Parts: sequence; C-alpha cells; structure tokens
Amino acid sequence: MGVRTWIESWPVYRQLTGSDPLGRGAAAKSAVSEHLAPRLGTADRIVKSVCPYCAVGCGQNIYVEDERITQIEGDPDSPVSRGRLCPKGAASLQLTTGSAREHRVLYRRPHSTRWERLDLATAMDMIADRVVKSRREGWQWEADGSRTRRTLGIASLGGATLDNEENYLIKKLFTALGAVQVENQARI
Amino acid sequence: MAECHPVGFQWVMEAKARGAKLIHVDPRFTRTSALADVHVPLRAGTDIAFLGGVVNYVLRHEKYFRDYVLAYTNAAVVLTEEYRDTEDLDGVFSGLDPESRTYDNSTWQYEGVDVQAASGHRYQEPEAGGSISAASRGEAHGSGGAAVGEGEPERDDTLTHPRCVFQVLRRHYARYTPELVEEVCGVPQQQFLQVCRLVTENSGRDRTTAFAYAVGWTQHTVGVQYIRAASILQSLLGNIGRPGGGILALRGHASIQGSTDIPTLFNLLPGYIPMPHAHKAEDLEKFVDALAPRKGYWGNMRAYLVSLLKAYWGDAATEDNQFCFDYLPRLTGSHSTYDTITAQLDGVCKGYFLMGENPAVGSSNAKRQRLGMAALDWLVVRDFSLVESATWWHDGPEIETGELRTEDIGTEVFFLPAAAHTEKDGSFTNTQRMLQWHHQAVEPPGDARSDLWFMYHLGRIIRNKLATSDDEADRPLLDLDWQYPTKGPLDEPDAEAVLAEINGHDAEGRPLASYEQLRTDGSTSCGCWIYCGVRADGVNQSARRKPGKEQNWVANEWGWAWPANRRILYNRASADPDGAPWSERKALVWWDAEQGQWTGHDIPDFAKNKPPDYRPPEQATGAEALTGTDAFVMQADGKAWLYVPAGLADGPLPTHYESQESPFDNRLYTQQRNPVRDIVPTRPENYYQPSGSAPGADVFPYVATTYRLTEHHTAGGMSRWQPYLAELQPEFFCEVSPELAAERRLAHTGWATIVTARGVVEARVLVTDRMAPLTVQGRTVHQIGLPYHWGPNGYSTGDAANELTHMSLDPNTHIQESKALTCDIRPGRRPRGPAVVQLVRDYRRSAGIDEHTGTQQ
Repeated sequence: MGVRTWIESWPVYRQLTGSDPLGRGAAAKSAVSEHLAPRLGTADRIVKSVCPYCAVGCGQNIYVEDERITQIEGDPDSPVSRGRLCPKGAASLQLTTGSAREHRVLYRRPHSTRWERLDLATAMDMIADRVVKSRREGWQWEADGSRTRRTLGIASLGGATLDNEENYLIKKLFTALGAVQVENQARI
Repeated sequence: MAECHPVGFQWVMEAKARGAKLIHVDPRFTRTSALADVHVPLRAGTDIAFLGGVVNYVLRHEKYFRDYVLAYTNAAVVLTEEYRDTEDLDGVFSGLDPESRTYDNSTWQYEGVDVQAASGHRYQEPEAGGSISAASRGEAHGSGGAAVGEGEPERDDTLTHPRCVFQVLRRHYARYTPELVEEVCGVPQQQFLQVCRLVTENSGRDRTTAFAYAVGWTQHTVGVQYIRAASILQSLLGNIGRPGGGILALRGHASIQGSTDIPTLFNLLPGYIPMPHAHKAEDLEKFVDALAPRKGYWGNMRAYLVSLLKAYWGDAATEDNQFCFDYLPRLTGSHSTYDTITAQLDGVCKGYFLMGENPAVGSSNAKRQRLGMAALDWLVVRDFSLVESATWWHDGPEIETGELRTEDIGTEVFFLPAAAHTEKDGSFTNTQRMLQWHHQAVEPPGDARSDLWFMYHLGRIIRNKLATSDDEADRPLLDLDWQYPTKGPLDEPDAEAVLAEINGHDAEGRPLASYEQLRTDGSTSCGCWIYCGVRADGVNQSARRKPGKEQNWVANEWGWAWPANRRILYNRASADPDGAPWSERKALVWWDAEQGQWTGHDIPDFAKNKPPDYRPPEQATGAEALTGTDAFVMQADGKAWLYVPAGLADGPLPTHYESQESPFDNRLYTQQRNPVRDIVPTRPENYYQPSGSAPGADVFPYVATTYRLTEHHTAGGMSRWQPYLAELQPEFFCEVSPELAAERRLAHTGWATIVTARGVVEARVLVTDRMAPLTVQGRTVHQIGLPYHWGPNGYSTGDAANELTHMSLDPNTHIQESKALTCDIRPGRRPRGPAVVQLVRDYRRSAGIDEHTGTQQ
C-alpha cells in the first residue's frame, strides 16, 4: 500500500476532500462494507405469497436459493400491507424452516405410552380403514322417522389456517361420507 | 387492532394523520389505546348497554341521517300489533317458549306481510331432534338476510306511526341513558357523551365513521346482538356501503373468512346455502321454496344449489334424481364443535380429525375437549409440531392430576406433519373478503403434505376400498366427482384445478364469469356461487398482483374479492336515492345517466344498468324485484335492517343481558341472562357459577376476559415453537390493577392462581394501570386480563386460560362466552397433582354449585 492509498483510506481525508463532507456515505465506508452485498441478492427466485397468520392478508416475498427458503419479507407491492409484516409475519421463516417442525408421521397405539414411527402410505391406509369402520358404526338412515342419511361416527375440526381449495375438498369429501360434524375455528 | 392486526392498523394511523379521531373501547389499555384519542375502559360483557346508549343519544338528539334512513333502512316499516318488546315483558320478547328455550318469531313480523304464504310453506321445524334455530340457521345469512314473507309491508314515511320500526327502536332504547350506561358499563357519563358527540359529528353526508371489532364481540352469549347493535347505529348514521364506513370484522386466521365462505362448518354448504334438516318427505323443491326469499339475489338459491350439486356429483347429478339432493346428509339440531365433544363423551363420535386446530388448549373448557378426545377410538392430528392436542394422552393436565392414566386411554393417535403455506399453491380469503393466491416456493420436507394432498388421497383410498360396494349408503361417495390432476414428485393435486371447480363452468366446460350465469337446469357447475368469477376467462384472478402504487385507492386489480370483485359491500348506498354521491368528498359509485350505468371508483354492488328510478313489474322475483333504491341487494326487502323480523334466534333487537357469569344483577330487567342462550349439557367439568345477588356469587368476585397478544397466534401452534416469538412473550401471565394486587396481595412478576368452577391455572402477575378498576352500580369491579395462547408444549409455555372457560354459547352461532366470565384470584402457584381437583371441588362446594347453577332461563 502506497502512502497515497494509505492516506486516502482515512475516512477523515475522504470526508474533507471528497463529495461527502458530512461523512454519512462514501467517506465513512470501510473496505469490508464496500464489498457487502444484500443476502437476498443471490436468491434464485422470489415467490409471491401471503402471510399465514391473521386475516389481514399481508403480502410476502419468499426468497429461494438452491431449493431452500432463505428469507421471507414483506411485499412492498401489496396495497394491503405495503411491505410491512408484524412480529409473527416476520417470524414466518422460523415457522416454515425451523427445527421445531415435525417431518415424520408418528403413531400411538391404543393404551401405549410412547410414539412410534409409521410409514406415510401405511398411515393413510390405516386412517382410511378407520374412517370406513367408524362411519359405518355411526351411520343413521333415519332419526325419529325422518331421513338423515348420515354418520355421527366421525368428525373434523379445523380449516381457518388452510387454503380455500383445501376447505373445499374437506367439506366435499366429508359431505359425501355423510359426516355432518365438520367444524373450524370460526367459533373460537 | 394495533395488537392483533398491527399491519392493518397502519391505515387507522393514516386516517388519524388526516384528522380522524380514534376511539378505543376496551376493558384493557393496549397499544391501540396508546394511539387513540380516547380510551374508554368498560366492564366486559356490557357493550349492548353502551351501544344502545349511543343509539338512544342519536334518536333523542335527532342525529340520524334521515334521507339515508328513509331510503335504505326498514325504519318506516310498520310491525304487527302482536309484537311485544322486552320493555313490555321485563326482558323477553313475545314468542318465548321457556320450556324449549326458543323463540317463535311469528309476532315479530311486518304488517301486511304474510309469512306463512311465503312460496307455499315455511321451512317447518323438523320432526327429529333439535330445532332449526338451535342449528345456527341465523349464520346462513352470512351473505344476506332471511326471507320475510309475501306482500308489501306497510310503511309510514313520516316515521311517526307508533308501531313503525323507528318508533319501536326509540321506545326500546329509551332507558339506555348516559346514567344507565355509567351504572351498567362503569363508563363515566362525560366520557360516554364525548364518544356520542365524536361519532355523530363524524357521520352524515360529508363524513363517515367506521367500527372495527374482533372476536371480542363475538365471544358472548349475546355476541351476534353486539354486532347487530353496531349495525343499527351505523345504519341510523348512514355509515354502511360508504367509503370510510362499515362494521369491520377483524378476523384472526389467514383464511377464516374463506373457511366460512367455503365452509368447514356443520350448518352450511358453500356460499352460505344452509345444510338441510331432517324432514319427512323433503326434496330439493321444498327445500328451495322454503328458504329462498321472493326478492333479492337469494331468490336465485336454486341455481346456486343445483350448480353446487353438479360440482359435487357431476354427471351423476341429473334433473331426474333432483341433482342428488338426497345425497346430502341432514342435521338434527346443532352439531357444532361443542356438541361434537358431547357426542364423543357419549360414545357416538369415535373418530376425529384435527387439521391445524389445537382444541386441547385453544377451545373453551379445555378439559372437556381432552376428555372428549380420550373417549375416541382414533384421532388424526395434522399440524407443524406436536401441539397439545397430539400429546395430551401422555402429558396432559389430567395425567398429572391422576384423573386419566395413559395406559387406560384407548385412543389411537396419528400425527401427520402438515405442509406450510410456502410449500403449496392455494388461496386465502382475508378479512375483507379478498382472495389472494400464494404460490408454492419449495417442496414440503419429509412426510409433510398439504391438506389438499391429504384429503384428495384419503378420498381416493376410501373410494378404492369401497369401489365394489353396492350399499346405498356408499353411493354419494362413489358417485362423487373426485378427479383432480396431480403434479410433482409427491402427486400433489393441482390447487388451481380445485379453484376452477369452485369458480364453475358451463355445459361446454367454459369458465363462468359471474354468478348471474348460474342456471337451475343443471347446465352449470359451481362449487361456491359467491366465488364465481374468481377464475373468469380461465385466469386466476386471485393471483393478480398489480402493485398498489400503480392503482387507485380501491386497488381492485390486486387479488379478487367476492362478490364480483366488489371491495365495499352495498356501495349503492354511497349514492343518494337519485344516484348522485351524498357528497363529493364521500363519492364511491354513482349513476351515469348518459351512459345509462353505474360507475365509480369501486365496482358497483348493484345491477349495472338498473336506473335509480327503476320500479319492478308486479310479478318480478329475485334480483329483478329489487327497485333502483334497494341498495342492500342480498336482503329479502333490499333494506338494511334496524329491526330483524326473521333470521335471529334471540330477538329482533339487541337487549342488554348480563353474561352467563357476572358479579351484577341485570339493572334493566328481572331477566338476568339471554333467555335462549345455548347451554351445553352440564357435567361437573362444565359447571356454571352463580351471578349477581345469588348466593355463592361472591366466591368468584372478579371478571376475567381472554385475549391475544401481538407476538403469539391463537392457541400457539404457529407461534410457541418459534424462538423469536417465544423470546418476546416467554410465558403465560395475567394482567391485574394495582388496586386488585393490593386487595389480593399479588406481587408483580410473582405468581397468581386463578380459579373457576371448571379449573385452575397459575400465571405470572403483571401489575399494571392498564387494567383499571371500574365503578358499577356503586361498587368497584376488578377485571383480570388472560391471554389465552399457552399450553405446556413448545418453547413458550404456561397453563391454558381455557381451563377456566365454560360452554355457554350464543344461540345463533354457538360461540362461547370467553370474553366475560367470573373467577377468583389468589397469590402463589397452584397446587400439583390430585390437589388441583380438590381445590376446584372446594370452590364449587363453597359457592354451592351443582348441575343446575346458572342454567335457569
């Protein structure tokens, strides 16, 4: 490093001689910060999304790199939220990628004291068998002489955190099964 | 709002910056209060007295918007002579049957209207099981009012007829004076009058006032009537259908609006079509005839229902088989979530799916929820983490107290990890009815799957298992149109294909653009009529993202709102009867005589070419029958209802009743509580407490109210496992005033034990001026604040406030009264093990509580 370069590396020198007399920009920048880049700059794509918490519906931008989510930020384009997120929305990255999420199916046998692992396909098949059985056991063609064509053997709760399309399939399938006890968070 | 919907609250701050006054009415001082011009603490459970007081002020001081009221409300309509008000009958309306705890509303009707003649027959009370009103039929009006019968109601446009709605309203609220508000709500008269002045000065031609509420209003035994009270006030002031007006429900889940529109609810089909009740000889014809009003858009209910049945059963649904109407299961009374728990305890309901909901700590009377689950054969929990509803069988409170033993619990439990919103395509409907599409960013990890995947494949597997069945009970399942294209490595169903089915198509498969295209002959299919148009032209309108900055303030090219992308409902009322804006300042939509159409900033919520002076021909029905001034197009008479002649279970006008549990007697009537509130059959875990001057009420002298924090979400399933959020709010606490802390020797940051007849919890104590004691009926009342997010699992832990709450419900909606109950509080931690049960038992004994307490009409 020559003397001239050395002197020019002094912020105060750049402040006095350069275009930044107040020392708030270029004059104060170190060599390290000179080379800093936004951590989102290397994202492969930005996917448009919506915050999954409350019903305000804030816009979210999801940054994906190497098929992994690297960050979730507020979407400035949204006329609802104008780029803002609350503490919960801002924690969406932890919600979606955090270590607290379970990734495997767990199974507890009747009267057992512990969880066991279960293959997803096996679990789906077992659940289907149980639906068929409980549906039959709770089937009612009539109640007090009036046609009911239903089952009270199975029930479902939840839907307000899910997509419209998911709610649609839940209601459609349960209705076809004859189940009427289908409910969600609207009552809490 | 600043606490629970902080990003939405930025618009309130924008309004404030432009001069709007902000009033916050809440028992607690919160971040909202800190930014408000006025904070009004009131006693939890007394909002109808407060709002009724404002209505009385508006009427007494002639502050209503007369032109609006005459044109757009039912103020001028005359009622029958048979109607008797709560003022005549000491707190009950005419038509009460004390035995069944239901109202017959035949005396609540308009003069000149023959209700019985409505399209041949009324929807009869079913022969089987419970009543229709017990089954949340009122909720079927989520997008419009009930039928009112045949004929033109008698009107008095001078508003002086003693039986006209306006005069009935005047008499009903005459005793809701500032003095009474002070005595009931604990709000000083001067402060109350300040609110009255601010609201009325800010309403009229040039100005509008908006009301925003959250579940704080719905979680009462009179919850629907709270919102009705605001509706009356806003209609009188001309604040509905106009920019800056309205009654805005701030809902708490990303798609709770969507899951009500496309309901996962027992009493509704998509688009607020009611589920049928068990009747002898019921068919499609009778069902529609009985429910569809003659006038308004609900008059086309047959087209909506037939198109839905086509979406469900496709080619199997034909004119000859009434489009498979008989495939719909029937209700007998209420099958709400609370009744489902009873069915579980009774051994009737044996299998239970939980999909992103955590009732073991999040639903009222958490113990009863867990006891219900312990009685099941099997339970499927779909969630991100091991929430309490998945683990109660080995670590729930009943295991600790010895009330249950893990080895004795026969419930088989499946935990299936769920995909996050970033891992699937789909739409959420926000609290303003706007659908927004979220795109999949990555594949879900491990066994995690979307609920779309789960439902589709579960249905597919069940249908395969039953494919050869000739059992008639299986026909609806086997005839079901259940073909969805799948994609990707996980065979994920295509969410947009489901959206296309919801939007609907014509006989040639072309996407529909509007529900006005729906037909009664089976030539159209539509999974939810109010969502018809969301995929107009085959384009996913909910995925539109034209930046807000590039649009006008209505921004209707962002997402898509039902109905027909209208952003403010009933916006015809933003113009005067002649079609001109009430004022330039408040212009939204107006009639353009030259073009012969409605135009404006928003999409008109009115027939586009119907002129203001349109009068329908005598025999017109449905939307045709609406006049050019019938702004409330979903209502059977086209009017905003100050008075509700049909559709509500508990009366045509909001009346102040005390909560299920209250330290006070009802100051207005001998009738203490809502006489038709819904009480779940009592068992020891759901006993109620005495109220007012009844013996034993003093054992539970304090009012408790539950609420949410900014940093957590509902029952915690999406926030107690997030390190940032857990750090921000690390454990359960209660908020108490310095006065109550002194009275009960509670130390700030120390422990308190809170007890009701249902349960006991311990919480850290936050001593704060934010919970101000109030003076009610000459006595001091202390209120205790209980955020309800916790349970024992996750990073941020604590007892669940819902151990304390009960199951006394609003009769229209079956929503529990968790916003106002009574309790006791004492210093120190709660006992452990069997001593917990003993403590609650001791409290019950000293208050003299048994299965009859608090169940009286």
